[in-house]
Amino acid sequence: MSPDAIAVQFLNGLAGASTLFLIAVGLSLIFGVTRIVNFAHGSFYMLGIYVAYSLVARFGGTVLGFWASLLVAALAVAVIGVVVELLLLRRIYHAPELFQLLATFAVVLIVRDATLALWGPEDLLGPRAPGLKGSVEILGRQFPQYDLALIFVGPAVLGLLWLVLTRTRFGILIRAATQDREMVGALGVNQAWLFTAVFALGAFLAAFGGALQAPREPANLGLDLVAIGEAFVVVVVGGMGSIPGAFLAAFIIAEIKAMCFAIGQTTIAGVSFSFSKLTLVVEFLVMAAVLIWRPWGLLGRPAAATRNPAEIEAPISPADARTRRFGFAVLALLIVLPAFAQAFPYTLVLSIDILIAVLFAASLHFIMGPGGMHSFGHAAYFGLGAYGAGLLVKQAGWSMETALVGAPLIAAAGALVFGWFCVRLSGVYLAMLTLAFAQIVWSVAFQWDDFTGGSNGIVGVWPAPWLSEKWAYYYLTLACAVAGVLLLWRVLLAPFGYAMRAGRDSPLRADAIGIDVFRVQWKAFMLAGLVCGVAGGLFAFSKGSISPEAIGVGRSIDGLIMVLLGGVQTLAGPVVGAGLFTWLSDLIAREFAYWRAALGLTILVLVLAFPLGVAGSVKRLFAREAA
Amino acid sequence: MLKATDLHTYYGQAHILAGVSVEVRAGEVVVLLGRNGAGKSTTMKSIMGLVRPRAGTVEFQGRRIEQLATHRIARMGLGYVPEERRIFTELTVLENLEVGRQAPRPGAPTWDFEKIGRLFPNLREMPHRPGGRMSGGEQQMLTIARTLMGNPACVLLDEPSEGVAPVIVDQMAEAIRGLKSAGVAILLSEQNLHFAMEVADRAYIIEKGAIRFSGTMAALAANAEVQAQYLAV
Repeated sequence: MSPDAIAVQFLNGLAGASTLFLIAVGLSLIFGVTRIVNFAHGSFYMLGIYVAYSLVARFGGTVLGFWASLLVAALAVAVIGVVVELLLLRRIYHAPELFQLLATFAVVLIVRDATLALWGPEDLLGPRAPGLKGSVEILGRQFPQYDLALIFVGPAVLGLLWLVLTRTRFGILIRAATQDREMVGALGVNQAWLFTAVFALGAFLAAFGGALQAPREPANLGLDLVAIGEAFVVVVVGGMGSIPGAFLAAFIIAEIKAMCFAIGQTTIAGVSFSFSKLTLVVEFLVMAAVLIWRPWGLLGRPAAATRNPAEIEAPISPADARTRRFGFAVLALLIVLPAFAQAFPYTLVLSIDILIAVLFAASLHFIMGPGGMHSFGHAAYFGLGAYGAGLLVKQAGWSMETALVGAPLIAAAGALVFGWFCVRLSGVYLAMLTLAFAQIVWSVAFQWDDFTGGSNGIVGVWPAPWLSEKWAYYYLTLACAVAGVLLLWRVLLAPFGYAMRAGRDSPLRADAIGIDVFRVQWKAFMLAGLVCGVAGGLFAFSKGSISPEAIGVGRSIDGLIMVLLGGVQTLAGPVVGAGLFTWLSDLIAREFAYWRAALGLTILVLVLAFPLGVAGSVKRLFAREAA
Repeated sequence: MLKATDLHTYYGQAHILAGVSVEVRAGEVVVLLGRNGAGKSTTMKSIMGLVRPRAGTVEFQGRRIEQLATHRIARMGLGYVPEERRIFTELTVLENLEVGRQAPRPGAPTWDFEKIGRLFPNLREMPHRPGGRMSGGEQQMLTIARTLMGNPACVLLDEPSEGVAPVIVDQMAEAIRGLKSAGVAILLSEQNLHFAMEVADRAYIIEKGAIRFSGTMAALAANAEVQAQYLAV
């Protein structure tokens, strides 16, 4: 590692920071004004690359054509953003924030498949920019001219945005609405159009960031989630809604990543250590550190207590006689299921998946609904359970039965540590920190080849002989799922559960009447981790293997969808949601090539038709009948 | 000018307004008196569409507005000054005023920074000061000024004398009289009878979400029983 290598990597970092800033600043603006955490923002970025690729391929031969293509691509995506805002978001501004997340995530799925249909699955690298194809020599090394140009784009956009925000009425309205949208409306400003305009601006910036990448980075279908992950980190580190904050955070994160590449393989205290492997996780480490030290971000401000636009949740209630009878009937059906499964062996496989999903979703719902802690990283505990089980069997030589007991304890230990940090935060910040921890768990599993098997994972994790028949394993899973769900329900209807809900609804008052909210939430986190660990352990033995992709962001999001589908406000919600989601996604995945889009559309329909979740809507229907 | 009839408003299950009716005629200053929690602010928010009354009608300049979006109501020339002031703390005085600016409106006085400066001289001194770095009294002036920039024909003014220094209270009274003489109708909410006496033509007394008294200021001044029952602390 030489000083000039570091200097060149520093410039690389600056070029990266420009792109990162463009994506993140749009996300930050949209969040500031609409309070929507827009998952689809990464999709706008991805679309920006693809559209730019196509336009540049046709018109990009000249300097003018090239840059015009990039701008037109960004404008086209901005139009798509407007359509999304008008058709979807406008209907759900008053929905609970998690519903908004779910809806924007459905957009991610639909855009992903639309992109697949239009451009195909291959990576596409755009032609280089005319006039900037060469490279310049910097400190004896070649540095691409285009990247050098990119370095100036970030500050230029920052300057332009600053002018717009301080010198134009539109900008002043954006800043005012970021603080108090309702008041802006009471002064005669049509918020709806303001929101649409901000959404268009944000989509434009993300897509422009993408378009600029077209000649540097091949367009591929995984970019949406990568980009949204990075953008979230930048926005949270910089401070939600702060534009200079986004710039600073983009700079810091891009530079730290670049430095990890520059250092590469090195030896610390006699141990060889690869810094370039850290790049997958370093931004999440930075975010975790910032959130613990300055929960509102580097240049953000501590959030004032904002009025929650969502309706106050009705208290959860134990099941009435009719619901109980229905529950017992379902249980009886599940018990006799294997007798009928001979003809359809797949039924048992799917049922095991559903039962594991039920445990996973119920444990997530436990902290999310009654606990009020929106975890975006529940896959962490699933992963600790699954990898725990696999490692205990493979590395420690434990028997399957003991490993299945040990796995949840490992997950609970993880939840103990992560929870200690997470329960200090709330809202979006808590969600982001849980996501960071999940990413850390995932990248450890992905990167630690010698211990966890790296990207291949651990194979040959099979159940004990007496459980090797599918029906036997099914009964084990059923018993664990029923026990786990009943345990969580029991806790929720006990004084501990009341304390959890008190802490969610009014932390100050709960503290004032002697409830140690921090401790209650921490314990809840641990219990959720424990039960989720059971799900992870069962999953590992049911598949016979465990790999990093089974514990990635996708799993956390699946959990969120299950809970929201079923309904956050009911005890049965996560159970219904997990069943419905697992069954639906299995069905759709087998029937449709474009299963993501189908799933996304299903989610959208459900979000718009059942804002209370399926179980919640059914409950309300019956309540109305009874009234 | 403004006529709300039989408003019923709920927060969740709680019945906050139980049939409130108030009227403001052109050029009038009407005060809505009542203790904390009586329903003064909720009446104003219900008129403004910030909370939706479950029943009742609101008429403004001859048009029904109870179904309209808040920004539409504001654009018809009905201004709203919230009790909590709700200044944009990151924005300067001029920027705060810009947010409130609307096109001139026939039949209502038109305001600009200069005219506002005559009403509130303090604001003229600090055009570039961020809202968050102003005193409570200055913020109170700014929130009124911001609403005036919309050139309203009628203003809902929620407790302008609350939590400001006595010298500012006097300025507020002066400003309200100034607005009245400029031709702006005002519905004012107050707990302070003395302040109300100085500026208002007529009064309503609200208690537990219902109007208990309605009459001229002179009639209220003469009625010691009503004062003792609904306004004494």
